[in-house]
Amino acid sequence: MDHLLFLIATGLARGAIFALFALSLVLIWRAARIINFAQGAMALVATYAAFAVTGMTGSYWAGLGAGILAGAAIGLGVERGLMRFTRDSHPLAGIIVAIGLVMVLQALLGIFFGQQHRPMHTPFSDSPLTVGGVPLLSPYDIFVLVVALAVMGGLALLFNRTSMGLQLRASAFSPEVSRVLGVRVSLMVTVGWMLSAAVAALAAMLLVPTELGLNPHSTDVLFVYAFTVAVVGGLDSPVGALLGGLVVGVAMTLVTGYLGATFAPIGVLVLLVVVLLVKPGGIFSMREARSA
Amino acid sequence: MSSERPTANRQTPRLSVNDLTVRFGGLTAVDAVSFEVGHGEVVALIGPNGAGKTTVFNAVCALVRGEGEILLDGAPAPRRTAQLAGRRVARTLQGLGLFAGLSVRENVAVPVAREADAATRVAQQLERLDLAVVADRPVAALAYPDRKRVALARALVTDPRLLLLDEPAGGLGVDDIDGLAETVRVVAEGGCSVLLVEHHVDFVMGVADRIVVLDFGKVIASGTPAEIQGDPRVEEAYLGVQVAS
Repeated sequence: MDHLLFLIATGLARGAIFALFALSLVLIWRAARIINFAQGAMALVATYAAFAVTGMTGSYWAGLGAGILAGAAIGLGVERGLMRFTRDSHPLAGIIVAIGLVMVLQALLGIFFGQQHRPMHTPFSDSPLTVGGVPLLSPYDIFVLVVALAVMGGLALLFNRTSMGLQLRASAFSPEVSRVLGVRVSLMVTVGWMLSAAVAALAAMLLVPTELGLNPHSTDVLFVYAFTVAVVGGLDSPVGALLGGLVVGVAMTLVTGYLGATFAPIGVLVLLVVVLLVKPGGIFSMREARSA
Repeated sequence: MSSERPTANRQTPRLSVNDLTVRFGGLTAVDAVSFEVGHGEVVALIGPNGAGKTTVFNAVCALVRGEGEILLDGAPAPRRTAQLAGRRVARTLQGLGLFAGLSVRENVAVPVAREADAATRVAQQLERLDLAVVADRPVAALAYPDRKRVALARALVTDPRLLLLDEPAGGLGVDDIDGLAETVRVVAEGGCSVLLVEHHVDFVMGVADRIVVLDFGKVIASGTPAEIQGDPRVEEAYLGVQVAS
């Protein structure tokens, strides 16, 4: 029982990171109708920026801030420099460009930083706290959960309580109509990419210190899990990303804890296949109700 | 009749369309169409399906490109749709184009989202069109006539100088059409010019100051409702078809 509680608690923290990254995929999907397969690689570049700044300043927090800013800047650059030119093309064009971008970014990171795993440190202990003799969350897990919830709450406020959020949602629902109404759709798409890339960068920076370390493929598995979460929850649904992230995080941790780490990716992919077969739009999909 | 100019005002027309021609490949959808809309005037574009009415609308809104000249208050109309709002032009869409996931209030707020007094302006329009009680409901939950009023409120919230209404009476019952006609008249009396595309003949005859009749992309008649009703070319091309059907 103690082991189960520990796994659930750990899974929630891990799931919060998946949820954040999945949310970043949802943000881009809603803004530009693109599944950004380069999201992991873009987040990785921002994480290297954070790693470099932390190395130079000695401050985790300076690195974290720099990484988030770098993420937003990468989002800006990718949208303005690449994806904008695929907007009116075949839907596959954006996906192919994104896959090409993954190869380029990972190759460049390998060239400049090498393939070795570089350890990233956490700002808080990652040893589990014990409550009533049961090991549960570590201080770093609690930090991750608080940050994830704060970001999701902040995004919810941005989208539901600000004029920028209203324009972002309108642009996502119908760019053509929004344009007629005077909304600067192009700007909204760019803002969507910047927000999305910044959130993805944050998720990567929260995850990498708990893994083997930073290398040019550190976010590959994160992308696969988060993509599964986004599809399971519904690419249109931020709530789906949140709940899907937590479910996948806990499920993956339970599978790892009871069956072994090698079974976790299989379990996640089985879940992806089942959802695609049963409800291809995702459990919380809003695809059928974009215009009235 | 086709050379008639509005006499209700002595100012520059709010909208001037001069020799507008729009081609889609080998098809000429709009052929040298000219008309004007004066200040506070209600002008209706009518004609059979495929006559080019919506294409004229889309050209005015820069959604399609054509040859000829389109002037707003004497100056060239914007060539980008997003700039129309800045020239205080608003339009409704034939398919309504409401944002299904947003509430009524949010739908109406979208065009003025960047304005400091957005909340006040939205509240005024919701009140004006009897939508205040459903303001926070998802727009997809409303009945069709209510959704049409939301679309109208969303256009009016910008306080437009030129209002383009694409089939505003379509799908409405008699009472709703009467209410719509009253709203359009009040809007026009407030100085807003209205250009509408509509199939509902009674509504058009009751609300329009002038009517421009299109057939196969060309203006075949233009004049007051009384003049249009007695025009044999119109009866043949449009009204006659309606009566016969």
